[in-house]
Amino acid sequence: MNTLPNAASSIRSTLADVRPGPHHWLHGASRSVRLDDVLSGTCLGGRVDELAGRCVVIDTRDQFAAALALIELDGVARRLILCPPDLAAEHRRALVHKAGVDAIVSDRGNGEIEWAVPRRVVCHGSVTPSSTAPADRCQTEWVLLTSGTSGAPKLVAHTFDTLSAPIRNRPQPQHSVVWGTFYDIRRYGGLQILLRAVLGQASFVVSGVHESNAGYLLRLGRQLATHISGTPTHWRRALMSVEARAIAPRYVRLSGEIADQGILNALRAYYPHARVGHAFASTEAGLGFEVDDGLEGFPASVVGNAGDVQIDVEGGSLRIRSGRTAVRLVGDEPSCLADEGGFVDTGDVVERRGDRYYFLGRRSGLINVGGLKVYPEEVESAINRHPAVRMSMVRPARSSMVGSLVAADVVLEQAPDISADAAAFKREILQICADTLAPHKVPAMIRFVPTLEFAAAGKLARHA
Amino acid sequence: MSVKSAVIDEIQRLAAENRTPPPDLTDDLVLLDSGLDSLAVAILVVRLEEAFGFDPFAEPTDMAFPVTLGDFIRFYEHAAERRIVDTKHAG
Repeated sequence: MNTLPNAASSIRSTLADVRPGPHHWLHGASRSVRLDDVLSGTCLGGRVDELAGRCVVIDTRDQFAAALALIELDGVARRLILCPPDLAAEHRRALVHKAGVDAIVSDRGNGEIEWAVPRRVVCHGSVTPSSTAPADRCQTEWVLLTSGTSGAPKLVAHTFDTLSAPIRNRPQPQHSVVWGTFYDIRRYGGLQILLRAVLGQASFVVSGVHESNAGYLLRLGRQLATHISGTPTHWRRALMSVEARAIAPRYVRLSGEIADQGILNALRAYYPHARVGHAFASTEAGLGFEVDDGLEGFPASVVGNAGDVQIDVEGGSLRIRSGRTAVRLVGDEPSCLADEGGFVDTGDVVERRGDRYYFLGRRSGLINVGGLKVYPEEVESAINRHPAVRMSMVRPARSSMVGSLVAADVVLEQAPDISADAAAFKREILQICADTLAPHKVPAMIRFVPTLEFAAAGKLARHA
Repeated sequence: MSVKSAVIDEIQRLAAENRTPPPDLTDDLVLLDSGLDSLAVAILVVRLEEAFGFDPFAEPTDMAFPVTLGDFIRFYEHAAERRIVDTKHAG
């Protein structure tokens, strides 16, 4: 177990000197708690000692319970793994093995979701006064999950320092600020906003279990949310609902996908009093930079600037070196994310036009559907199960609504005799995909082509 | 085919593919409440682009994002009219 290198390397120790005021709340869908009470009390029924030095998975239905638990356990657990709400059973088993999980914190009923771990502590999203003053005992390693090539999630390790680096040196405190996010707080984008609110002495509105987009917008309005973040897809969806009128943000933030000029303009027109900015961030590379000039892409002056964050473009790929990047990947073959020079390759391809860079897509062919990742190989293997299919190539198709959609070029064993056959094949392929893949991975378009292009080494020629 | 009937046809086709009950397509129907989620609306927009040759969501516009089916149809009609005007100017 590591000892603390300095005083302020957990949420608790950072807030130890500032004592959050009475107007500093975490608002869940069914209850609100003062942050002060969260810091001095317990949401774990006083069982926090049992989790000291352990490798703990936080797996809750309700994000609010997860928020309380992660605040209490930062600086206590050796490793804190934030389990996203939709993790499949086989991936849970792999996670226990890969990350050495020995305890779980959950608000689920007994037997609802089985984790093969010896210790289980209940967290129901309410806080009771604690008999002992909570204290830090170790430096917690934070683990976030992102989707990986084989379908199994990647375990991306951060520390409190890498996660909070983008938030330091901000004007403090921000009592009048109320944050909200359409992201899940167990994803990097959402966790950033939670930390921003908690460490910045602002309030935070957490979305509820099964809470609709409309319901969350209404609640953001009632809590007078001032700063709201989401992906361009979240924001397009918000603007297409009547409830978008319920909020009056001062700051609208976009991240997680390419923010195009259309959505930036639409938000500025809809919320004329708001500052509209977009940020480039990923779980692995951390927060790279923020763009506040209202234009898509980013100014060329961002590249090569040797501040806290160094941005570099090599072979079209955007690379980042900063104290905000993830430390490593956890697993059977632990690996470092950065190269020898300390740069993390984001895999995002950019192109310079004049004095600005624009995002073109992903180098790996990875498709970003409304902030959800799709690896082409996974969809291709589903399509290739159809007996009439010889091979297929899945690629992104640009979408003005969700960034990209999944499109498939399919080569059949034999050219279909009649177009009715082609239509039937298309239906059957879609059925296989719908049965085996998440909805955003099912191709929105299927095209039958006579042949596919191959690159060197016999790999499909994927274009960014 | 009119913009309106093309939009309605595509929505019905999508509902059939997604095996959701066909929505009652009135002008004041809120699109995202019609059983189409944002993924389905994205697919709708791409298919309409194939049919019409343009995507009004990808063009800079001073019109607000459409909320109801009526707004959505007007959003497309407006973009179609703009293209006719542009073509005349170009000609």
